[in-house]
Amino acid sequence: MTGPRDQFKPADHPNDHFLLTTVVGSYPKPKWHDRARELFEDEDADFGEDEWEESKDDASRLITHEHERAGLDVICDGEMRRNEMVEYFAHRIDGYEFNGRVKVWGHNYFDKPSVADEVEYGEQWLVEEFEFTDEVAERPVKVPITGPYTLANWSFNEVYDNEEQLAYELADLVNEEIEALVEAGARYIQIDEPALATTPDDHAIVGECLERIVDEIPDDVRLGLHVCYGDYSRIYPEILDYPVHEYDLELANGDYDQLDVFKEHEFTKDFAMGVLDAHTAEVESVEEIKENIKKGLEVVPPERLTVSPDCGVKLLPREVARGKMENMVQAAREIEEELDAGEIDIVASGTQAHADD
Amino acid sequence: MTQVIATTPGLFPLPDWAKDELADLKGHQKTDLISGDESGEVVAAYDEAREEVIAVQQDAGLDRVVEGQLRWDDMLAHPLAVHDSVETKGIVRYYDNNNFYREPVVQGDLSADGGDVAADLGAAAEHVDDGLQAVLPGPYSLADLATDEHYGDDAAFLDAIADFLVEEVNAFPDVETLFLLEPSLVENTPADGEDERAAEAIDAIASAADAEVVAHTYWGAIEEKAYAHLMDADVDAIGFDLVANHDQTVYNVQEYGTKDDVALGVVDGQNTLVESPETIRDRIDWFEQQTNTAYDTVYATANTETFYLPVNKFEDKLEALANAADLETAEA
Repeated sequence: MTGPRDQFKPADHPNDHFLLTTVVGSYPKPKWHDRARELFEDEDADFGEDEWEESKDDASRLITHEHERAGLDVICDGEMRRNEMVEYFAHRIDGYEFNGRVKVWGHNYFDKPSVADEVEYGEQWLVEEFEFTDEVAERPVKVPITGPYTLANWSFNEVYDNEEQLAYELADLVNEEIEALVEAGARYIQIDEPALATTPDDHAIVGECLERIVDEIPDDVRLGLHVCYGDYSRIYPEILDYPVHEYDLELANGDYDQLDVFKEHEFTKDFAMGVLDAHTAEVESVEEIKENIKKGLEVVPPERLTVSPDCGVKLLPREVARGKMENMVQAAREIEEELDAGEIDIVASGTQAHADD
Repeated sequence: MTQVIATTPGLFPLPDWAKDELADLKGHQKTDLISGDESGEVVAAYDEAREEVIAVQQDAGLDRVVEGQLRWDDMLAHPLAVHDSVETKGIVRYYDNNNFYREPVVQGDLSADGGDVAADLGAAAEHVDDGLQAVLPGPYSLADLATDEHYGDDAAFLDAIADFLVEEVNAFPDVETLFLLEPSLVENTPADGEDERAAEAIDAIASAADAEVVAHTYWGAIEEKAYAHLMDADVDAIGFDLVANHDQTVYNVQEYGTKDDVALGVVDGQNTLVESPETIRDRIDWFEQQTNTAYDTVYATANTETFYLPVNKFEDKLEALANAADLETAEA
């Protein structure tokens, strides 16, 4: 199962080869949008629900188009409507409550929610976000959604016997949301499970969550899994058994020191490889990114390689994020040209290498 | 008759106003964390926060009052993180939690430059008439959290850490109780020989302290052989995490006995679900029945540090502990 990929290739794609370029999700918010949130949260300000909705729509439209202008094949709205990857969903799921901030490290805090009652599907999570983005976008839209294991692992559990049980209950809700997204026309869903990287022994629990998530989701819907900042040797190749088409993995941050992990056992699914470091405020050159993309070709052939940043880029200055996207797309197009011309020796298995033709 | 003493292992969450004020004063990056030579404004903010958490404990009715360890940005690694002979390096994961501390790398002799913990305790003593409790990382855990680039030998390093903690204890004001927190005894089981040395190091600190000493373990049950060695340390009580693993703990006590006093982690320091005083009391009774012992003193405590909790639930849990101890008196 390598997934329905061709539907995302633009009709006017210039090259024979197609390296799908996309993003992981979050993008720096425009300063005026941050200011709008502050005003909306300030009881004394004359800034109500309508004004806040307008700000979210404007930011979503702006960043969607910014992604398209960068030339990305599959885009999203940079998560302009979301504040944080667990809090956003916890606010929408019945059964969650918020009690206050807890320490992560130093003076960095997180409003860690508590599951205080059985979790149930409350208001919609992402359907409105998708419908708006899809309406304003000309390119296909990917929907990133925080996975149930991370939602469970990064919450207090007051109700369920253990975290595993909570994760399965949440997986059923994620399944419900994805069904609604598919109904609304979504064809590319990325499930974010960063918590898996910190508790790799739980990979079987994540697998069971994914089985629940994909239940009755049509075959033409492309499903990806994003994991970052962990020791991949502890979850690979086991994760290849998950019922998803693509794995989106952070590797540029560690300068590809974990790349060999994926070469020791054949990578049988699509590989969405991080080619940009999400935590350095320096725009990588096109040449540098091309070298990174070639490392991906050591793992999978071009028709199974997706090119993306390591992770969400929301912590970067916006002009840096934009520069990185532009260079990434240019690098991918240049590699495609070189592949078309037979100038690149492909080493990954399962490839019809031009050099051998 | 068993006396139930309500207490905590310290390392409290900062009051919410102090989270904001100290973030503004100090910053958000790893270079902004506590160094031991804070500015007057930072010192004043911590003084005010310390007074506040002491009052919270006194209002709740806890039998032991801790300083709160609010300055311990690096959690149990704090006493080394502010030491002149120690360099703090990158941010590393704190046990199996979604929390991080600066890795302390020991680069010189630890015998000089103590007194950081004692100074905070002295400040607390001004507001506590009786029941003051000191908190220190146990020597094994502190060595486990640090990296040694000076002593070059695990045994020598542990000895040096123990000597450093003894110096700290010698500088303490009068305290009723000392909690030595030893989660690494559970999380990173000491090897052969190391288990005996860990117990000797704990013993050295307990001998220096003019107080009741509790060696508190958490995040599970201590491995059998390490427990047998720990029993050789001359502490007044060993602390157990009944939330994380009660069966193995009961087995250890049945098999090797325990001290005349015991500390029981009966409140979950990492979950917002607040235990009722009756539940707390039931857990204490259950342990006494399972081990078939009436202890002189049971320290009823949170199993772990409490900085994992939001402030409202933290305060509710302190009250529940205090009320559980009173409940026992009422029934007697």
